[in-house]
Amino acid sequence: MENIGALAILLAFCFAIYSVIGSLAGKWGNRPFLVLSAERAVYCIWALLTTAAGILIYSLIHGDFRLAYVWEHSNHAMPDIYKFASWWGGQEGSLLFWSWLLASYSSVVVWKNRRKFRDMMPYVTAILMATQTFFLILIAFVAKPFNVWQEGRLIVDLRDGNGLNPLLQYWTMVIHPPMLYLGYVGFVVPFAFAIASLITKQPGDSWIHTTRRWTLVTWMFQTTGILLGAGWAYAVLGWGGYWGWDPVENASLLPWITATAFLHSVMMQEKKGMMKVWNIVLVSTTFFLCIFGTFLTRSGVVNSVHAFAQSSIGTYFVTFLAIGIAATVYLILSRLDYLKSEAQLESVLSRESSFLFNNLILLASCFAVLWGTLFPVISEAVTGEKISVDGPFFNRVEIPIAMFLLLLTGVGPLIAWRKSSFESLQKAFMIPLGIGVAVAIGLAFSGVRSIYALMSFMLCTFVLATVAIEFVKGASAIRQKSGSNLLIAMVELTHRNTRRYGGYLVHVGVVIMFIGFTGKAFDKDTTVEVAPGTTIQLGNYALRTGNVVQTQNENYTSISLPVSVSKNGEELGTLMPEHRLYLASKQPTSEVAIRRRINEDLYLNFAGMSADNQRAVLQAYVFPLVSWIWTGYWVVLIGTLICLTPSRTRLIYPRTEVVGFAGKNVKVDQ
Amino acid sequence: MKNYLKFGLLIVAIVGALAWLAVGGISETKTYYKTIAEVHQMGNATDKKIRVGGDIAPNSIVREGREVRFVLAQDNLKLPVIYSGIDPLPDTFKDGAQALADGKLGSDGVFRASKIQAKCASKYEAKPTGVGAKPAA
Repeated sequence: MENIGALAILLAFCFAIYSVIGSLAGKWGNRPFLVLSAERAVYCIWALLTTAAGILIYSLIHGDFRLAYVWEHSNHAMPDIYKFASWWGGQEGSLLFWSWLLASYSSVVVWKNRRKFRDMMPYVTAILMATQTFFLILIAFVAKPFNVWQEGRLIVDLRDGNGLNPLLQYWTMVIHPPMLYLGYVGFVVPFAFAIASLITKQPGDSWIHTTRRWTLVTWMFQTTGILLGAGWAYAVLGWGGYWGWDPVENASLLPWITATAFLHSVMMQEKKGMMKVWNIVLVSTTFFLCIFGTFLTRSGVVNSVHAFAQSSIGTYFVTFLAIGIAATVYLILSRLDYLKSEAQLESVLSRESSFLFNNLILLASCFAVLWGTLFPVISEAVTGEKISVDGPFFNRVEIPIAMFLLLLTGVGPLIAWRKSSFESLQKAFMIPLGIGVAVAIGLAFSGVRSIYALMSFMLCTFVLATVAIEFVKGASAIRQKSGSNLLIAMVELTHRNTRRYGGYLVHVGVVIMFIGFTGKAFDKDTTVEVAPGTTIQLGNYALRTGNVVQTQNENYTSISLPVSVSKNGEELGTLMPEHRLYLASKQPTSEVAIRRRINEDLYLNFAGMSADNQRAVLQAYVFPLVSWIWTGYWVVLIGTLICLTPSRTRLIYPRTEVVGFAGKNVKVDQ
Repeated sequence: MKNYLKFGLLIVAIVGALAWLAVGGISETKTYYKTIAEVHQMGNATDKKIRVGGDIAPNSIVREGREVRFVLAQDNLKLPVIYSGIDPLPDTFKDGAQALADGKLGSDGVFRASKIQAKCASKYEAKPTGVGAKPAA
């Protein structure tokens, strides 16, 4: 079986090379049949990789421990869902997963555009398949998923495997990597279209229109993936953080930042024909950062707690990145004439300018994260000493950036295109700014002292107020016409221009998340060794520990500590933080118990028994506002989905006119 | 032209402010990577923040209240460490695991760590025991 899998990968590799050559040769030699066959090769690659992946999954689930990959990442005792998740639990499998996703995306692209963009498509296919070739080189020759254990010439069948890393045996870890990968891989498509339109010197912005939905969908996947990762860290790692500025986390954030910048700056190109070079640069940067992120996670180039094993794979990535970036830069430079801007910036106080600064700030933040992440590498190259920077560095730079970004989020959507005046700005922002300042003053009087927290709450309120005013204004106009109530009018309003009002909703979601992040300023914690029956105090909470309970199943043994919680004398029930020892890997994990509430989370971690085995080590935390982060995510998701649904602006107005025409209702509302 | 001057000034102001923050941030938080051998050579205590890596010597972990003492080992070199940070130690912190300790070297030659990262060394590198097996195509 493993031979068929390995063969399928090799064949897919050959097909990918053929597809690149075929589509280019067909285009240049004007032979449509070659182009067509190259496109069909894309479907074949998908079928081959699906076969290979199917075999790997089958081996994982049925425990074929002759395979090194299966032995390392699966075992009998694991639930099936985690056996399946082992597909992307290790280096080789996750590369196969990458490749398979790319094949799936490519097939969709080729199928959807089989009759469109005939002059551009051969290049799109070639770029997609060149990337595919790169990943297939890795899984066919470097990190092979179908290696078997051998002793001399004999294949060894081991009885049970090592199991998936216990920390990864958690539900979000089943969907976090696929989401992130869907986001990473998805950016190949807009990139391929952008480059193809450069090569063919397309007039206009057709590549932006065709890839707008792709970009938004992949952005949504990236966002989901990053937040699932944060949610996993919070609930599993036992230190109560959701973000630690670890290189691997940063790797996922970098392309997300540039993608966000891209989503904003395409509006400038669509509406004003500006920033054309910039958009190509952004989409290329995002694509290369996606590849770079994969590289950073895999190569062990920077120390990280959750990096995969060190391997020789890095050189391949560096080569691919170098070739890709050089080719892209050359192309952009040679096509500058086709990318001339159609309008010019007229005023510092304008919508254009707010987009410009939005992009500047996002790029600066991306650069700061990249710089901080690579600082050990850079400092070693320059000074010979390996120096790293930590969380405080990132917080110091990123918090002011975030504040400025929040400000722009409030200002940007309301400011006029081309030119605005101080007077009109005053009129538009007096009320929301007033509300924001009032909230900040109120909080300051109620004891909030952190200056950043106050600023953040002020700006969050400001943005929420501006968005609320926009919705109410638009909805009142509709209500006056149709007489429906305000809520229905708001739905109607959103439906008329989904991109605009969906976008506002995404902003609201981001603001809610920022309120959650700001809660970090008010954390409380304590660590104690407690004998059964002791009561400890944390803020308003009283925690009384009970006797340790032991349980066992075939995957792990566990001890749990019942803690009855009361707040200001009121009983709130019992939490059961748990400490597990996984049998196959002999690795302990903590299953924290969290009482999630909208104002604050009570977070209990049972860190094991004390040295004399008599007392339990309990870590208790209060994390204010953390739930807002996850709530904000859902709002972002809904907002993005609204952006993706088509507007129905055109449908509404004719209908009202028809009513007037029929003569039944003479009073036509203006 | 006046417009572009305005934009230029604004951009310079923003980028400058961020660069200033970044430079300050780096000098405040930079940590030097050192091996145990290099830490021994440093001799006296310094104010430099250091990150030192090694394996946790078996049976060396002693917990006393909130303090944890252990010994980091690399080849034949050993470095005693006291951890008294706020964050709980990671689950992967146990005998034989690879650990990174951030902190400063005390004048008594004991390393005072304020942050510990650990990764389970066996996870990705272990080979099945008992058979002399190795992966092959």
